[in-house]
Amino acid sequence: MPLKFALVGNPNCGKTTLFNEITGSTQYVGNWPGVTIEKREGKAKKIQEDVLIIDLPGIYSLSPYSMEEIIARDYIINEMPDVVINIVDGTNIERNFYLTIQLIELGVNVVVALNMMDAVEAKGDKIDLKILEGSLKVPVVPITASKGKGVTELLEKALNVAQTAAAAGGSPLLQEIHNESIVASIEEIENRIIPTLESKVQNPRWTSLKLLEGDEKVQEALKVSVESLNQIKVYQEDLEKKFDMDIETIVADSRYRFTTDVTRKAVKKKAQASDLTISDKIDKVVTNRVLAIPLFLAMMFGIFSVTFGTVGSSTIDFVDGLVNDTIATFVLSLLEGAGAAVWLQDLIVGGIIGGLGSMLVFVPQIMILFFFLAILEDTGYMARAAFVMDRLLRKLGLSGKSFIPMLIGFGCTVPAVMSTRTLENEKDRRLTIMLVPFMSCGARLPVYALYTAAFFANNQTMVVFSLYLLGIAVAVLSGVFLKKTILKGEVAPFVMELPPYRIPTFKGLMIHMWDRGKGFVKKAGTIIFAAAVVIWFLQYFNFSFQAVSEPADSILGAIGNAIAPVFAPLGFGDWQSAVALLTGFIAKEAVVSTMGILHGVAEATESSTDLITALRTVFTPLTAYAFMAFSLLYLPCMAAFATIKREMNSWKWTLITVGYSTGIAWVVAFLIFQGGKMMGFN
Amino acid sequence: MILWEVSDLERTLKELKTGEKGVIIKVLGEKGAVKKRLMDMGMTSGAEVLVRKAAPLGDPIEINIRGYELTLRKAEAQNIIIK
Ligand SMILES: Nc1nc2c(ncn2[C@@H]2O[C@H](COP(=O)(O)OP(=O)(O)OP(=O)(O)O)[C@@H](O)[C@H]2O)c(=O)[nH]1
Ligand SMILES: [Mg+2]
Repeated sequence: MPLKFALVGNPNCGKTTLFNEITGSTQYVGNWPGVTIEKREGKAKKIQEDVLIIDLPGIYSLSPYSMEEIIARDYIINEMPDVVINIVDGTNIERNFYLTIQLIELGVNVVVALNMMDAVEAKGDKIDLKILEGSLKVPVVPITASKGKGVTELLEKALNVAQTAAAAGGSPLLQEIHNESIVASIEEIENRIIPTLESKVQNPRWTSLKLLEGDEKVQEALKVSVESLNQIKVYQEDLEKKFDMDIETIVADSRYRFTTDVTRKAVKKKAQASDLTISDKIDKVVTNRVLAIPLFLAMMFGIFSVTFGTVGSSTIDFVDGLVNDTIATFVLSLLEGAGAAVWLQDLIVGGIIGGLGSMLVFVPQIMILFFFLAILEDTGYMARAAFVMDRLLRKLGLSGKSFIPMLIGFGCTVPAVMSTRTLENEKDRRLTIMLVPFMSCGARLPVYALYTAAFFANNQTMVVFSLYLLGIAVAVLSGVFLKKTILKGEVAPFVMELPPYRIPTFKGLMIHMWDRGKGFVKKAGTIIFAAAVVIWFLQYFNFSFQAVSEPADSILGAIGNAIAPVFAPLGFGDWQSAVALLTGFIAKEAVVSTMGILHGVAEATESSTDLITALRTVFTPLTAYAFMAFSLLYLPCMAAFATIKREMNSWKWTLITVGYSTGIAWVVAFLIFQGGKMMGFN
Repeated sequence: MILWEVSDLERTLKELKTGEKGVIIKVLGEKGAVKKRLMDMGMTSGAEVLVRKAAPLGDPIEINIRGYELTLRKAEAQNIIIK
């Protein structure tokens, strides 16, 4: 059995950075609270011993109010890790210790890792470790996780604790943390109530404290009788009368009194609270009354101009030349030389290289987009954006926190939907999940890139930007609409920490870009590859499995022709578009690879797969725009669908989400096409 | 529910202007997730707060408390009594 060390700490204190450092993995790190939302395990690589490290979501407390807190708490209580490594942000000790104290109350083996020591030094603060260890009665190890400093010492300390410490029964510190009246009540409960409980209590001290606090999860788990609850109520009311506060406040107050006291003794801060830090100076611009919103828009516009402008499109030309000319010609000559059958040549060159190639050319562009989003995440801008946008989002009944999933949604809907877990309120979460798919994700980018190159070559960036804005506009209107109809509810509260700005590390940015970008390459090699082969077969044969001369007579042609009338009022009633949109459910970028096969196949054997020229014969600028708008808004891809189902935990809501977005997509594309036609566009 | 009379010396956090300081006396409101979150974030009696700034549209506000930056809405700030 390996030893288990769990990483527990406040959001954004560097748990995942430390996890990556110890295990050599590359998990997602970001400078905003709530990056990690799922438990992750990894083997420690830095030491000989067999140790399993567990990264948990960040929490502020062990109270039972948010999903992460319950997950972390249940993990610690049920899985009983050998050591809890409590990561503490050294620049923010007073608040971080609030959780530390609760871990100590719990009576588990705690080792405190005092992180961000580089930042502490840079600020000129002095921390007396002896005083900290003396007051907390647990080992404290200073580390700088981002540079790997102090990590080996930390692991050695933790091993030491795991091997020597006897299982801690109660916490000797309780008396020192809490005042006499609280301790007295805890002892009363421990002596009078705990023995009467049916189930055996692992940790009577902590359980008594939780019962005194009125923790409903503990009451439920232990099936505390009504009688006992009434008795506990008497203790609670006694204290409430005495301190003139409710019981939760009394206990929280008492804990903070202790942390303030320890911090005051051990930490000498150089700067005053009112001194302006570098972050404050940056904020003078970023969250400026006048500049904040224009700056945000300018930044997004800047990102898209680079992604779609000269830099981005030069990567397209490069990969396009490589895949569709060099490789395709080479493979074709090989196949011809080997005397392969014509249909096989066609499958490989037209179906696989043509289909995947037309999508793969956009991967560098997607990477560029992810690179910029990574910068936003790593610098600390995310939390500022939430701060700036809260007022506007409240009009939709949401809070600024919902803005973070939406920004992540510009990269990929899947992690964006998962990151809604940090929202406290179930209704907000639901609404945010319903709106996130309207944020145009990276997989839609190939569709835009292809169509704008074909029809709007002169103002590609503007057209693409307008699509992003269209997505946002639809999300806003949908938010107002849904909040007024099926998702009525209270206004969500907004209480959030603003982390200091940090300079992103190169490693961090690369991990981000790769983590989110590799999915596209993987998808291309697996499901899109499979889809390309299936699509190729379906368009090559008819129902009696004879090769057809006209793809329209094929199986796929028949399917496409059957559904095409649905899209006719939107301006793209050809069977190829219908089929391409169907395959978009597999992955949105498959729309492009399917188009590549269906429009490129005829000429493929003549070694020219000019998809753009082919599209120009089918679409006009107006129908192309309607098609892009439809691709943006209609049903999310399979992976997003599965994630939405998992996070909503309800088929009903998942189907509502999908039905709603597809309905909206149809209406919007209809308005664009019919409206545009009336105004004389084509 | 304990009613709270706001005396002359006391104000709510909402009334503090940018750059002003105060000490928290009490957090009003029903027991529940919001109040608990405020307390977990360090809004308990005796904590010093400094109003850093307001968001571009006037709300929410950013405060410095216990050595870090926290943002909350005026609606929540109204429940925090300071002196
Ligand atoms: N200066 C400095 N920054 C650090 C250090 N460790 C982590 N960071 C930064 O702190 C931020 C948060 O790091 P994460 O590892 O994502 O924090 P986390 O605790 O996993 O956060 P959640 O998953 O949101 O709970 C990132 O921007 C890191 O680069 C450190 O030792 N020094
Ligand atoms: Mg993390």
